[in-house]
Formats: sequence, structure tokens, C-alpha cells
Amino acid sequence: MTTVWVPCDAAARAVGADEVAEAFAAAGATVRRNGSRGMLWLEPLVEVETDAGRIGYAAVRPQYAGDILAGNHVDLGVVEDHPWLADQHRVTFTRVGRHEPTDLAAYRSDGGYAGLERALTLDPADVVAEVTTSGLRGRGGAGFPTGIKWETVRKAASDLKFVCCNADEGDSGTFADRMLLEGDPFSLLEGMTIAAYAVGASEGYVYVRSEYPDAIATLRRAIDVARAGGLLGRHIAGREGFTFDLHVRVGAGAYICGEETSMLDSLEGKRGEVRAKPPIPALVGLFSQPTVVNNVLSLATVPMILADGGEAYAALGTGRSRGTQVFQLAGNVKQGGIVEADFGITLRELIEGYGGGTRSGRPLKAAQVGGPLGAYIAGDQLDLPMDYEAFAEAGAMIGHGGIVVFDDTMDAADMARLAMEFCAKESCGKCTPCRIGSVRGVEVIDRIRSAPDADSRHQAFVLLEDLCTTMEKGSLCAMGGLTPMPVRSALRHFPADFAKNPPIDSDTNPPVDSDKNPPIVHFSSEGSTS
Amino acid sequence: MTLIHEPDLGTPAVANDHDVTLTIDGRAVTVPEGTSVLRAARGAGIDIPKLCASDNLAAYGSCRLCLVEVEGAKGTPASCTTPCADGMVVRTDTDTVHALRHGVMELYLSDHPQDCAGCARGNCEIQALAVQTGAAEVRYGRGGASHLDDTADTSNPYFTYDPRACIVCNRCVRACGEVQGTFALTVDGRGFDSRITAGGTNFLDSECVSCGACVQACPTDALTEKSVISLGMPTRSVVTTCAYCGVGCSFKAEVQGTGDDTRVVRMLPQKAGGANEGHSCVKGRFAYGYAAHTDRQLHPMVRDSTDDEWQVVSWEAAIDRIATGFKALQEEHGIGAIGGISSSRCTDEEVYVVQKMVRAAFRNNNVDTCARVCHSPTGYGLNQTFGTSAGTQNFASVESCDVMLLIGANPTDAHPVFGSRMKRRLRAGARIIVADPRRIDLVRTPHVEAAHHLPVRPGGNVALINALAHVIVTEGLHDEAFLAERCEDVAAYLAFIADPAHSPEAVGEEIGVAPADIRAAARLYAAGPNSAIYYGLGVTEHSQGSTMVMGLANLAMLTGMIGREGVGVNPLRGQNNVQGSCDMGSFPHEFPGYRHVSRDDVREIYESMWGLTLDPQPGLRIPNMFDAAIAGTFRGLYVQGEDIAQSDPNTRHVEAALRGLDLVVVQDLFLNETARFAHVFLPGTSFLEKDGTFINAERRINRVRPVMPSRVGKDEWQVVCEIATAMGYPMRYDHPSQIMDEIAATTPTFAGVSFDRLDAEGSLQWPVNDAAPHGTPTMHIGEFVRGKGRLIPTHYVPTTERTTRRFPLLLTTGRILTQYNVGAQTRRTENSTWHPADLLEIHPSDAELRGIVSGDVVELSSRVGTTRLTAQVSDRMQPGVVYTTFHHPVTGANVVTTENSDWATNCPEYKVTAVQVEVVTEAARAHAGAGADVPADAVAGRP
Repeated sequence: MTTVWVPCDAAARAVGADEVAEAFAAAGATVRRNGSRGMLWLEPLVEVETDAGRIGYAAVRPQYAGDILAGNHVDLGVVEDHPWLADQHRVTFTRVGRHEPTDLAAYRSDGGYAGLERALTLDPADVVAEVTTSGLRGRGGAGFPTGIKWETVRKAASDLKFVCCNADEGDSGTFADRMLLEGDPFSLLEGMTIAAYAVGASEGYVYVRSEYPDAIATLRRAIDVARAGGLLGRHIAGREGFTFDLHVRVGAGAYICGEETSMLDSLEGKRGEVRAKPPIPALVGLFSQPTVVNNVLSLATVPMILADGGEAYAALGTGRSRGTQVFQLAGNVKQGGIVEADFGITLRELIEGYGGGTRSGRPLKAAQVGGPLGAYIAGDQLDLPMDYEAFAEAGAMIGHGGIVVFDDTMDAADMARLAMEFCAKESCGKCTPCRIGSVRGVEVIDRIRSAPDADSRHQAFVLLEDLCTTMEKGSLCAMGGLTPMPVRSALRHFPADFAKNPPIDSDTNPPVDSDKNPPIVHFSSEGSTS
Repeated sequence: MTLIHEPDLGTPAVANDHDVTLTIDGRAVTVPEGTSVLRAARGAGIDIPKLCASDNLAAYGSCRLCLVEVEGAKGTPASCTTPCADGMVVRTDTDTVHALRHGVMELYLSDHPQDCAGCARGNCEIQALAVQTGAAEVRYGRGGASHLDDTADTSNPYFTYDPRACIVCNRCVRACGEVQGTFALTVDGRGFDSRITAGGTNFLDSECVSCGACVQACPTDALTEKSVISLGMPTRSVVTTCAYCGVGCSFKAEVQGTGDDTRVVRMLPQKAGGANEGHSCVKGRFAYGYAAHTDRQLHPMVRDSTDDEWQVVSWEAAIDRIATGFKALQEEHGIGAIGGISSSRCTDEEVYVVQKMVRAAFRNNNVDTCARVCHSPTGYGLNQTFGTSAGTQNFASVESCDVMLLIGANPTDAHPVFGSRMKRRLRAGARIIVADPRRIDLVRTPHVEAAHHLPVRPGGNVALINALAHVIVTEGLHDEAFLAERCEDVAAYLAFIADPAHSPEAVGEEIGVAPADIRAAARLYAAGPNSAIYYGLGVTEHSQGSTMVMGLANLAMLTGMIGREGVGVNPLRGQNNVQGSCDMGSFPHEFPGYRHVSRDDVREIYESMWGLTLDPQPGLRIPNMFDAAIAGTFRGLYVQGEDIAQSDPNTRHVEAALRGLDLVVVQDLFLNETARFAHVFLPGTSFLEKDGTFINAERRINRVRPVMPSRVGKDEWQVVCEIATAMGYPMRYDHPSQIMDEIAATTPTFAGVSFDRLDAEGSLQWPVNDAAPHGTPTMHIGEFVRGKGRLIPTHYVPTTERTTRRFPLLLTTGRILTQYNVGAQTRRTENSTWHPADLLEIHPSDAELRGIVSGDVVELSSRVGTTRLTAQVSDRMQPGVVYTTFHHPVTGANVVTTENSDWATNCPEYKVTAVQVEVVTEAARAHAGAGADVPADAVAGRP
């Protein structure tokens, strides 16, 4: 009886993986559902177990099932030997795609819970020290040294501390958190458990965006399995007195809740509104208690750091960006998916090497790295090494590792307007530069593009730059603070796009009519003037 | 002639023993560690601009105007959320910072109405900042998205919310939460669509209690008083004190005009007010319109009999009529045939001259005050145990309290500003035990949940307090060291209370409280570390009211919860000056300062000051006056500012007494129920016209300053002096400050008080003397006023008022937020919007048994009388207990209350009446006529 692996990941299901699985089952195979290997252009990627290993078949349709089982279909060879996978350095994502996501025995046999086992032999302070040694920095986007954050929480005096996982992966072009939750959820649970032990927390929350129903379901099942296996709840792994309970909380469609303090407000049942810092969540966090807030990838890397030692992780990478990053290739790219590599790899190697260039075949115009608030990278900048500091110096950011590829049909002015529009739509509304500034940003860009003469266009440019400065320096959080980044990068790289008039769709985007509504109004006690 | 502006330092003050020093714009500034840079700068005179910050609210970080540069730190942090650190170097005036302020203001103004001239507020914080930051030119134009088409919410009778001017700074939301504790406001929508909402409905239909905190918090005219919209901004302020409840909030009366043309535009709570610290409630804040109501009587009137019409006469004629009449009655029926009742709403000076008139001109001690019917047991009980007839702490003490024991009081309705302070402390982690037959708000309200609700049945108080004490003593939780050092009669009391008859298990069922809950509550109270008792009329208005007060004192002494901050025994005095009228000796048995009339040494002080001999025998209390009137020995009565025909129990008895009097003189603002029986009516002055002092529940003496001259031609104290003079005892003062000087000269606890001292210090808590020149916030530190505290065994004697088959329910009474007592003032304002009629609250099972649904007209009857009310079915009640308020005379709640009263003081047992409730059928209603259909507005004064 042949065993066939069909991914249950949402991306695979979106291209018919469930129907493919049914077809194989009907054809008499034993069907097992694994996570996705992250080679999205090959989904549904079916793997057939043979003596030589798991042989892969690309873009399978249900009607191929018979041929595949009979050995009559072109194959990819052993999947784990596929150069796309073999060239990567999968540390965090090592197990994703190998097993059924909630198969605890398989997880344990593949190195799972070795990290927790070792952690429990150490003092909590030494567990934190291991993480500090590793150089792990927050993979959500802020890049803050994880060990320092944990140490702050560990030293805080409190009977009640929390570990929160931010799984509100809202950046466009990112899906690593989702794939990990759907492919290897135990690595997250193990990481959170190690964190709880290290800082003295007894409760944890995973905040998952509402738009990830499959991930939520898989995560919940994994938690149940772990609890039944004595790896969550009381006396974890047999350790007397070590209690850690984990709960799943679902978001409600707000990008801003990926910002840690909004997420905490949302967890508390309030409007997802950004809190001023200080105090930092490490000291005054969830329900005012000391709280660790980390991204999925950060926490899922912790087990390996404890199992193999922090130095093993720190040995990878470049500069102050140690270890690996899970990059996500998306957008107009031929071969999109997960590429985990040591920091230091260049953007061009990712896009043209792994990605294979644009899907359309047209010239690559730019890539937006780090989500909707990231800069557009073009030209020489494509040779930048993926490194937090190198990107920051270039006026860009790594963020959560999302890379969205654009060909030359992309209009940079449209993208700049989209950045402002995105900010307007997702702004929590608390601070003025973001709440009002983003709305005005859209209007000013429209005014630039419909300007009747060079002079008024120039004035609008000046206003846009002033607005960007106000938002960048005045905003309460990175939502308003980083929106100017894509705008300015679009202006810098592609000023010509702003001189073109936009395609006018008068129903939805009426441009501001400069004659009827003069751009300057005086605010005074003498009443309104025009 | 100016408006008083109180500076706003941006973020709250921080208490910290450790200071830090930083440099701001080159200047060294030292502040307590934890203070924000914004507050440090503003305190040093460096005006960092702000819109969303307010020094009574936690820092928020919304407006982004207060940004500064900090050496060594990246970016431009908000100074409101940046704590000061030693050695920090801050710049508030760099080009970067100026450009940011300009940019932020330009954004605000791009979505704000542009005509300041047409704005009601006329000058607001946005306008001032626009000028200051140079953002008068708005480059975004007018074609973009805005809120200029939003519609205003005018549902609340007193203020308007106009979203067009809203800058979503959230000051209103935060004030409603942090200051008031109601959490009625939130933000609806996200981003640019964010708008303030009162919970998805309009203000009037929401949880909003109309305290006005949001209105004074708002920096634009989004939230504005309707009076400002219609009258314009005020031009000058007078600091005075509220005339409603015993919290005694300080207000700035903001007015236009002077003299007789003075018009009140609004009342703003004063931040420097010792009792209220900038907060207020709907009554003091908005319900002052009664002072200008058309019902206001402005001329003296006389009539021969109560069947005759009133005739307006001159002051001289009225006073002559009174003097001649009273003297004639004394000649015919004896010296003791006349008496006076002073008002606890009038100033100390006005009350002092009334008791002086009775003692020096009437030559007897027949003077009493309304404290008789509310807190007289407090006076007796605390005097017996501690040696002082007043609360032991100030309001600020609650901030150090860990466990509150709240008995027979409903602060969120009756002392709202203090109730908010309690809630604030509870949200910060303190616990509360609530002993009340009803599930009052403090049992469960946003972010607050009582540790224990002890739903004691009306009448069971003393059994409960004994049970609590029993647990504390038998479980060894009492403070032996404190008892040994500071108390007497300890052994006898301990033996008494240890008797198993006082255990929770023995009494629990009878009083309706689970024994386990009593034990848990007792342990919680004893554990503290700081436990404080707060109580009200649910303790005093009982046949064992004085016993219960002594029981409270015992509990505090047993556990050593006396003599420091955060603890104590705190009576929540009801009226704005009931504490004062008691302090002023409006008692048949006591001179000012609670000194018995039989004491020769005290009498000598007054005899030498007043130049005549005084009666050493105690006189008649109010209930005695009624009994004597019916018996025919008491013939004449002067009533200052109290509606005894409405507020005293057993209305039929009161009316019979009044009818029996030959001369009834009423001095009041309006023709009230008592005036129906009067022969002379003297128009009184409202608090806006008074010049004197009120004393609140904290013993705090507050100034009442005249906002306008007397509208009736004389001040009330002048009238009383003229009556005394006409009766043969010349009394004259040139100014009310001289009356206070006389009080200070004759009353040791007031020795250091004068109008000048009060102006200098703001307010003073008595005792004020050489030992305590700045007043006494906390009493009984080190030793009690009487030396050692006295533990008095408090035997539980159940009231004779029992339920029977005919009257199977118990009625208890209380107050609600928007109306005040008999409603004389509040019914003549827009507050009747919220409470146009008194309702009978009844538990669902009692209602179902009787076929009653909410809205039904029901008959409420006791062995004494019957009245009609509209019913409201409510699960806040417990089975067997019904509840109503007494704010509307037509309700006639006191028609059913009985003559039962406290054994020591005759404080009426309002809180326990056996009643029956029956639904009124259509036929019966048609027969009876109007029934209980109550009009929405004030009841017109009847002649």
C-alpha cells in the first residue's frame, strides 16, 4: 500500500490539494497530509514514499492520481534533494513539510522537544543567556534582541507573567508564520514553553489573525495534543511545579494589531489601540503584567537554540544579523515561496536566483521588502545583503522578510498612493499624524498627479515631503512612522511616474479639483476666507 | 473682574521621595522621579504645547504636539509619556520640533470648522495653538475628507456634542473612565472614521450620568455647555461651594455682568477644591437653574389663617408680625411654647444666628435641625465612643485604603464625587464589602466588583455588626495592643461579643446573610492593612441607629483601624451643611461644638458673650415639637429652609401638628409643603447670594461667596437678627465674617477660623486651633478626643416594626443621582428629564405574586397610611424588600413611614416600614381620579 503525502496547507488547498487527496485515497493509496514545503509554484506538490525516499510530483491534478501511483508521471526526484530546498539553510523551517503537523511522535523523533529537555536542566537565567548568545533578533520586524527582552521580563518581580505570540502576520506578501503554524506548530509551542520557563510565566496567548482559519484550527489541535502529552498545562515534561497554559485568541481584521501594544489591548478585549511607551510591555504588558511578546518565527527558533546551543545559531549570518531569516518570495515572481537562508544573502540572489525573476517575464522594476511599510528597492540596491543594518542605512528595512516583486508595469505613484491609503484604512486613529495625515497623503498625491502646472505640482511635492516628515517623526507608532518609507522610496527611484497623470476612475478616485477647492485656506478669527 | 484659569501641568503629579534633576532648554529642573518631562517643563514655566494631555488624566500620547528632543536618544519623543531621568538634557525649541508642531496643527485644522467668530466657545485650545505654532495657513485645502457634515447630539439637556469640532484626543473618554468611573464613552470606528460615542446611542439614552467631566476636559467646543452656546462665554469667576450634598464640591461660578444684572453662565468644578479636586456631579455642575426659577418667592408674605390668600408685605411688617406673635404666644402659653428649626442647607453663620435667636431672644432651647432625621445617631454614637460627633478622616484618606466596608450608603448616587474617588481606588486594587439590602452599583460596576455583598434585611444591622465583631474576636483577629493602649471597657466588651448568640451562624438566617460570607468579610476587614468604614442613612435611620454607629466604632477600635490615613469611621453626611448646622449647636441639648447646655462653664462663655442668662435645660427635639403641638403646649414655630411636611416621617402626624400651631413662620426659596401651614413666609437666599461657610462630611469648612447680591432685599442672617431685635434682644452684625469671628471666639474647635484664614488656605478642617493651625485632616491620632476609646456592648434589639400577614414586605428608602432629597431644587431644573417621578422598585418574584409588571400603578400601604406609585420590577431588590425615593411630593413616601425612631436621638426609622403593595385596577384608578400620573416637570408651588 503506497503512502502518498498531500499538503494540507491553505496555499495548497487553494489550488485543489483536498480534491487531489481524495483522488489518491479513492485510488487506493494511504494519504497523509503534511505541511507545505514552501515551493508554491509546484503546489499541490504530492510526495510518494518509495525506497529511494519521497519522490515529488508537481502541480498535481486529481486525474493524475492513477498515473502517479503506477509510476507513469514525470517527477521531481527526491523532494529534499531538490536544489531549491537543498540550497537553503532551513533551521526554523526544517521540519515543515515533513510530517503531519499535529503528529507529536513524529515531531519528537525529528528533534522535537530536545530544546525544552535541555532548557529544563538549566537555570532560567542560563536559558535566557543562551538566547542572548544566539543573537536572535525579533523576526516580526523590529529586530530587537530577543535575549534582552526575555531578561527584562525574567528580572521583573511579579507573581503573574505572560508569554504572547504575535501571529497577526498582516504584511502583504508574507506567509511564513501561517505556514509554520500549519506545518510545524509544535515548534512554536515548544519555543513558548521554553520562554515561559526562562522568564517565569505561567500563561501564554497566541494571537492569530482572523484571516487564518486553517492555521487557527491546526494550532488548537496541536495545543490539545501537547496538553494530552503532558507538554502543556501542569508539571510539564514531568517537572513539578512548572505550569504553562496556552490559549488561542483570534483577531478581528486589524493590521494594527500586529503592533505589540495594540495586540495587547485587543487581547484584553479592548479596541486595538496603540499604547504609548514607556512603560514597555516587558514590564507593563498584558493586564499590566510583565509580558514577553515575540513573533512566531522568533519563538519557533528557540528550540533549536536550546538544543544545539546559542553559538551554533550565532555562527550563521553576518554583521549583527545572526542566524537565518525565513524570506517569503511573493508578487510577480516565477518561483514564489519560502527561502530560509543565512543573513548576508543578497536580495538579487533571492529574487533572480531562487525566485527566477518575474513571472510575467517582463523586466524587474522593483521589489518591496518588509511589507506595505517597507521601501521599494530598485537598481543597485538589489545587490544589498539581507542584513538589518545594511538595509536601514539604505533607507529600507528587512521587516518580517516579505519580498514582493514588481515588473515594469508597476506605477510607483500608484504604489505611493496605496501606501497612504493602506495607512488610512488600517490606522488605529489614536494619533494625529497617522489618522489625518494618511488621508491627506492620498489627497496630496492625487493633487500631484492632477496638477495643472509645474508650480502647483511643486507645491504639492513640498507639502507631501512635509507631511512625510510629520508622519515619520510625529507618529505614535511605526504604522504612521514608516508609511513615508515606501512613499519616499517611490519618489526617489521613480520620480517620472509621479509626472504622469493617473488613469482616472471618476467614480472611486476623483482627483482633487484645484480650481474649485484652492489648496490654501487661512484659519483665523476673522471667519473663513478662500 | 476676571475668569480664574487654573493651570494645567499636562500629566498627574507623582509622589516620590526621590527627586531627579534634568536640564530643559538650558535650565535645571528638579522633580520627583516618575514625573513626565511635560509636567516638569510646564511647572518650570516652559510652555510645551499640548492638546490631549490633562493633569487629571494619565498620559495618552495622541496629539503629538508635546514632542521634544532628548540628547542621546533617537527621534522626537512625546514629553507627556517620557519620564524625567537624572541628567537628561531636553530641548523643546529646536527647528525640528517647531516644524513638527506646525505640521500636526496643520493636519488638525484641515478637519476643523474654520470660523472661530461663530464658535460658541470663542476661544479654545485649538485656536490658541494655531496662532502659537504659526499654522494659520492650511495647505491641504477644503476639498478633502472631513467631518464637517457630522450632526450634533443635543439630547442631553445641559450640553452638546458636536463631532465637527472633535479632535479625537480622547480626553472625554478618559475623564469618563479615570475621573468619573462610569466608562460611558468610547470611540467608534477606526482611523479617520474614529468618532466619540456614548456607547452606540445618544448621550441621554446612554450610561452617561451627566457629571460634566467630559465637557470641561474637551479642549475644543465639541463638548460645550448649552448655556455657553446660548449666553456666550462668562467674564468673571467667583469661587464658592455647592449647595447640594455633603461632599461640598468647590466650584467657580462663571458669570456675566455684575450686581443685580449678574447672570450665571456655568458652574465649573475647581481643581484646587479640597473635597472634589476638579470633579463634580450633574447637580452641582448643571442644576443651579432653580435659583432663577419663576417659582422663587422674592417678597415677604403674611396671612391670618392658612385658608387665606397670601398677602405681600414689607420686611418690617413681616418681622413685626413674627415678633409680636411669638411674644404673645410665650406670654399666654409659657416660654417654651415657641421654637425654631434651622436649616442644614444654610450657612454656618445663618444657622448660628438662628440658635442664638432661640436661646437669646426666645430664651429657651427649643432649637433643632434636620440632622435629627438623618445623622443624629452619628452625633450620639461617635460622641459616646470617640468623643467627637464627626467623621475621623478626610476624603483623600480613601487613597490609602485597602479594604472598604460600605454599610447603608449608596455613594455613586448620593455622594457621586466621592463615589468616583472610591471607584478609582477600587480599580487600583482595593477591595470593598457592601452591606445593603439592594444590589447597589458598587456591588458590580465597570472594572469594580465587591469582594462581598452582604444583603442584610432592613432591621438586621446590629446583628450583622455584632456577628462581624464576633468573628474578629473569636478568631483572634483583633488588635490586642491597640485595645490595651488606647481603649477602655475592653474586657467587658470582649466577653459580651464572644457569646455564641452573636455568631454568624446564630443570626445569619434571620438577617438574610450567609454565615460563610459574614466570616469571610470579617476576615477581610480585619486583615486590612488599612480598612475604612463608610456609612450612611442605612445605618442611622433605624430604631437602633445609635447602637449601630457604636457598633461601627467598636469594629474600628477592635482592629486598630483608627488614627491614621486610610482607615477610620466615615459618615457620609447628606446635606451641604448638615455637619455645620450640627457644629453650630442647632440642638436642644447642645451649644455650638457639641457642649451640653447643662455645663456651667460653657454656658458662662455664651452668657458673657451675649449678655444674659441662658436656660440650662434641654429643649424640644423636632418630634417632641410635633407631639407638644398636638398636645397644645407648643404653639409657634420658625422653620428655616426645611420642608418638614415632606421630609419627616408619618406625614399625617406632622400635618396635624402644624395645623395645631398658631404661628408658623417659613423662610425658604419656594412655597413648599410646609408653607401650606404657614402664616408668615420670608423669602430666603440661594447659595449664589450667600456669604458664609458650609461644612462638608470631612469637617471641611468651605467658603460660600456671593455671586450676586440677595434677590430678596436682605441676607437671611440679617432677617434673623432683625427678628431677635424686634423680640427684645438686639442682634446686629455688619458682615457675616463677624459671625464667624464670634463662633471662633466661643468654640474651641473653631478657634483659628476666620474668613481671612479661609481665603488664605482655601478651606480648613476643624479642629483648627493652636495645636492644629492648618486644621485636622485625620482625628484621634495617638489618642481619642475623649482620651481612651470606649467599647460599648451593642445588644441587638429587633425593631418593633415587623412584617405581618397584612403587611408582608419591608419598605426601605433612598436617593438617586439626579434628584436631591425632596427635590425642591432639582425638580425645578432639567434634572427631571432623568427622574420625573419616584418609582417603587420590587423584586420579580414579589411582583409576579401580585401580578405587577413595570409601569403598573400600585398602592403602597402601611399601618400608617397609603400612597400610590408606579412600579419598576428590578432584580437589584431581594424578595421581601421594596424600595422607593422621596424626591417628588406627590409620591407621599412619608405618608407610609412610621413614628418608630432611634432610642437615643429619635432619628426616624425611615429604612424599615412594613408594607403591602397591590396593583391598582382600572376601576379603582378611575374612581380615585388622577392617581399617580406624574407630570414630567416641577410641581407648581401651592399656596
